[in-house]
Amino acid sequence: MSTLSTADEAVATRTVASDAFGRKSGARAVKDQLARALMWGAFLVALIPLVWILGATIVKGGHMLVDADWWGKSQAGITARREGGGAVHAIQGTLIQAGVTALISVPIGVLTAVYLVEYGRGRLAKAVSFMVDILTGIPSIVAALFIYALWVTTLGFQRVGFAVCLALTMLMIPTVVRSTEEMLKLVPNELREAAYALGVPKWKTIMKVVIPTSFSGIITGVLLGLARVMGETAPLIILGPYTAVIATNLFGGLMPTLPTMIYQNYSEANQPAIDRTWGAALTLILIIFLLNLLGRFAGRFSKVKS
Amino acid sequence: MAKRIDVKDLDIYYGDFKAVEGVTLTVEPRSVTAFIGPSGCGKSTVLRTLNRMHEVIPGGRVDGTVTLDDQDLYAASMDPVAVRRTVGMVFQRPNPFPTMSIRDNVAAGLKLNGIKNKKTLDEVVERSLQGANLWNEVKDRLDKPGAGLSGGQQQRLCIARAIAVDPQVLLMDEPCSALDPISTLAIEDLINDLKSQYTVVIVTHNMQQAARVSDQTAFFNLKATGEPGRLVEVADTQKIFSNPSEKATEDYISGRFG
Amino acid sequence: MPTITGRSAVDELPSADGRPPLEADTATTGRLGDRIFGGLAMGSGILVITLVALVGLFLVAQAVPSLLNNNANFLTSREWVPSGADPRFGIVDLLWATIITSILAMLIAVPLGVAVALFITQYAPQWLSKPAATLVDLLAAVPSIVYGFWGLKIAGDYFKPVAEATSSVLGWIPFFRWDGTPSAKSTLAFAGIILAVMILPIVTAISREVFAQVPITHKEGALALGATKWEMIRVAVLPFGKPGIISAAMLGLGRALGETLAVTLLLSALNTSDAFSFSVFGGGETFASRIANDAGEFDSAQKTGAYIAAGLVLFILTFIVNAAARVVIERRKAFSE
Repeated sequence: MSTLSTADEAVATRTVASDAFGRKSGARAVKDQLARALMWGAFLVALIPLVWILGATIVKGGHMLVDADWWGKSQAGITARREGGGAVHAIQGTLIQAGVTALISVPIGVLTAVYLVEYGRGRLAKAVSFMVDILTGIPSIVAALFIYALWVTTLGFQRVGFAVCLALTMLMIPTVVRSTEEMLKLVPNELREAAYALGVPKWKTIMKVVIPTSFSGIITGVLLGLARVMGETAPLIILGPYTAVIATNLFGGLMPTLPTMIYQNYSEANQPAIDRTWGAALTLILIIFLLNLLGRFAGRFSKVKS
Repeated sequence: MAKRIDVKDLDIYYGDFKAVEGVTLTVEPRSVTAFIGPSGCGKSTVLRTLNRMHEVIPGGRVDGTVTLDDQDLYAASMDPVAVRRTVGMVFQRPNPFPTMSIRDNVAAGLKLNGIKNKKTLDEVVERSLQGANLWNEVKDRLDKPGAGLSGGQQQRLCIARAIAVDPQVLLMDEPCSALDPISTLAIEDLINDLKSQYTVVIVTHNMQQAARVSDQTAFFNLKATGEPGRLVEVADTQKIFSNPSEKATEDYISGRFG
Repeated sequence: MPTITGRSAVDELPSADGRPPLEADTATTGRLGDRIFGGLAMGSGILVITLVALVGLFLVAQAVPSLLNNNANFLTSREWVPSGADPRFGIVDLLWATIITSILAMLIAVPLGVAVALFITQYAPQWLSKPAATLVDLLAAVPSIVYGFWGLKIAGDYFKPVAEATSSVLGWIPFFRWDGTPSAKSTLAFAGIILAVMILPIVTAISREVFAQVPITHKEGALALGATKWEMIRVAVLPFGKPGIISAAMLGLGRALGETLAVTLLLSALNTSDAFSFSVFGGGETFASRIANDAGEFDSAQKTGAYIAAGLVLFILTFIVNAAARVVIERRKAFSE
C-alpha cells in the first residue's frame, strides 16, 4: 500500500502545483498537514511502551542474563535476600510446557483446518467454524478454570504441568486452526486437480501436495501461536504453581516456569528478588520475540502468495 | 497402449443444473480428437467426465455411460482414483507442484502412489521428459524447482508428468491458451508425436489449432443461453472444416459467431 | 501389457466384472487412507465442538450448586464470602471494574490504533510501512505479566501527576474524584491505560487490514476531485473501513475484558465495607484478577463454584462482545462480495 501512498502524494502535489485549478485554501492545507502530523504522532506514541518496556527490562534485568549461572542453575535454596542462582528451572519448565502444548495442539489444529478447507460442507463445518471462533475469544483465565474444574475438581488429580498444557492447548488450537485455514485456502485448486488427475488419492494429495505447499505458512502460524501461549500466566497461576527447584515431571509435583517466577517475586522488596524478576521478564520476552521473528522469517519462504 | 473411448447419452450436472445434455461420441485409439465451441458450451466439462475429474467439484455428477475399451468408467465397482491413473490430464494453466524439483514433478504420480525404486523412477523421468520433448532442455537441472521454467517448458513438464504414469488416454484442456506462439508450436508438435502411443483428446478455443493437430473434431454449442450445452456435430476434422453437415457448425467455423 | 514404463496403471484397474486386481492395489488402499484421514480430520473438528460444549457444561455444572447455596443476590450483591455456613457473594464490584477498565482501554486504543493503522497504510514512507507494522505487532508479544510488572514498578509512578491534574480539574464529577487512595498506579484508570496498550496491536492489525483493502478507484476518485490526502481519507478510506473499525473495537474490548495478569498485579482490592465508588480513580478487582488472586484458595467445592460462577459470567460477557464483532464482520463481507 505504501507504493500507493507515494502515488497519492504525487497526485496531491500536482493538484497543488497547477494554478489553473486553483490553490488549496489555507484552512484545507493546514488541516491536511495537521492530520499528517497526528498520524506520525500516533505512531510514535504507540512505540513508546514498546521501547520503554524493552529498555527497562534490559537495563534492570540485562545484567542477570550475562551471568553464566542464570542459564545453568536453579533457585534451589536461595532466599529473596540472597543473590545468585539462575533461571534454568523456569526456562526448562516454560520450554517443556510449550513443547508439549504444541505437540497436542498442532495435529488437532491442522487437522481441523484441513477438515474445514478440504472436507467440510454443510452444518457440521459451520458448527466447527463457529466453535473455533468461540475458542478464539475465550479468556485464558476461563480456559484455566475449565481445566481446573475438569482435572482437579472432577477427576481428582493434582495441579501438575500437564494440566497447564491442556489449558494452553485450548488457547493455541484456535490460532493454529485459523492460520492454517488461511494458508490452505491460498493453495491454488489447480495443484489439487493436477494431483487428482495423476490418480493420487485425496488424502495423499493433501499430505504430499497441499500441506507441503503451504508448509512455511503453517509453521509461521504455529510459531506465532506458540509465542502467544508462552507468555500466558493465568493458567499457570491456577494450575501450575511455582517452585524454586528444577522439576521436569509433567505429571507429578510442581513445575516452575518463567511467568510464575515473575509472579512469585513481583511483590518482593529485596533487591536480589527484584533483579531476578526483571531477569525472568527479559528472558521470557527474548524467547517470545525470538519465536515471533522466527515465525515471520519462516513466512518468507512461502510457496503461495496472499 | 492406447484405448478407445465410447461416450453414450451423457448428461452432466452441477447439482441440479444440467450443464451438458445427450453427448454420444467415439474416440478411436491413437488419434487426436479436438473439442471446439464457444465459451461456456461445456466442452471442458465433457472432457473432465472422461477421467471422472468432474466429480471433484462439489455437486458434480453424470448420467449415461463412458467406456474405455469395454470398461464402464462409471460402474459402481470402478474406483475414480484408478480411472484417473489410466486417463491422464493436462490443464489450461501449467501447474507444476511448486514444492518439487523437475525430477520430482515428473515422478510425482508414481512416487505418490508408492513406487520407490530409484532406478525405475530415474528411467521413467528420462523417458517421460524425452516423450515431452523437454529432456534436452532440463537434463542438467533436474533438481531445480519446476516453477523456475518458462511457461511453455512448464506445460511440457506437466505433459511429462501426465505420461509418466503411463496412461492409456491423454486429455488436454486448452493446453496452449496460456502460452506464446513458439511454445504453442512446440506443444502442437508434441501432440503429433504423442498420437503414436496415446489416445489424445484436446479442448481448444483456437480453430486453426484444431485443424492442425486433430484427426477428428467435435463441435459443441448451447441451444440457447441458460440451456444445457450439447454436441452439435462430430466428424473427421477435414470434413468439419470443409463441409460440415450442420449450419451452426459452418457459422462457427466461418467466424459468424462465437 | 508392454508399455514404456514397463508397468501399466491399467493393471491396477478392477476387471470388468468388478473383481479387484491382483497386484498391490494402491487405489483401494487409497480409499482406506482417505477414510482414515478424512475421519481424523472430521474427528478433530468434532473434538473442537466437544471441547467448547464441555467448557460450558463444566462451568455451569460446578457453578450452579454454589449459586443455589448463595444467600446473597449473585447479580446485585457487593459481598464476596464464597464459603462457610453462610456463603454470600455477588459480582457487582467485579462487573463494574471489569467493564470500566475495558471501556477505558477501548476509548484510548481505538482512536490511537486507527491513527496508527492510517499511518502504516497511508502515510508511512514505503521503507517504514512494514517495519512499523511489525513493531506494533511486537507489542502483542510482550507477556501480560510483564506489562503488569512494568506498570507497577515504573510506568505507574508517572501516572500520579496525571491523576492529580485530572482530579483537581474534573474532581467535581464523581467519575473523576480522587483523594489519593488507592495510589495512582492501583486505580482503574491506570489499569485501563495498560489494557489500552495491550489491545492496541489487535485494533491496529484489524484496521490496517481493512484500510489496505480500500479499492484504489475510491481513493483515486477522491484525489481526482482535488481532495487533499486527509480529505481523501475522510471520504474514501474511513467510510470503507468503518465496519472493520467497529469490529476491531469489539474484539479489542473482548480481549481487555478477559485480560488477567497485568490487571491482577496493578489493581488494589476494595473492602466491601467501603462505599461504592463511581470514580475511575477508585480501586477494585476485575473478574479475571479476582479469580487469579484467589487461585490458591480453591479448597472447597462451594468456594471453587463461586469463582467458576464469576468465570462463567466473564465467559458470557466476552462471548457476547466477540459475537457482536463477528456479526459486524459478516455484514461487511456480505456487502463487499
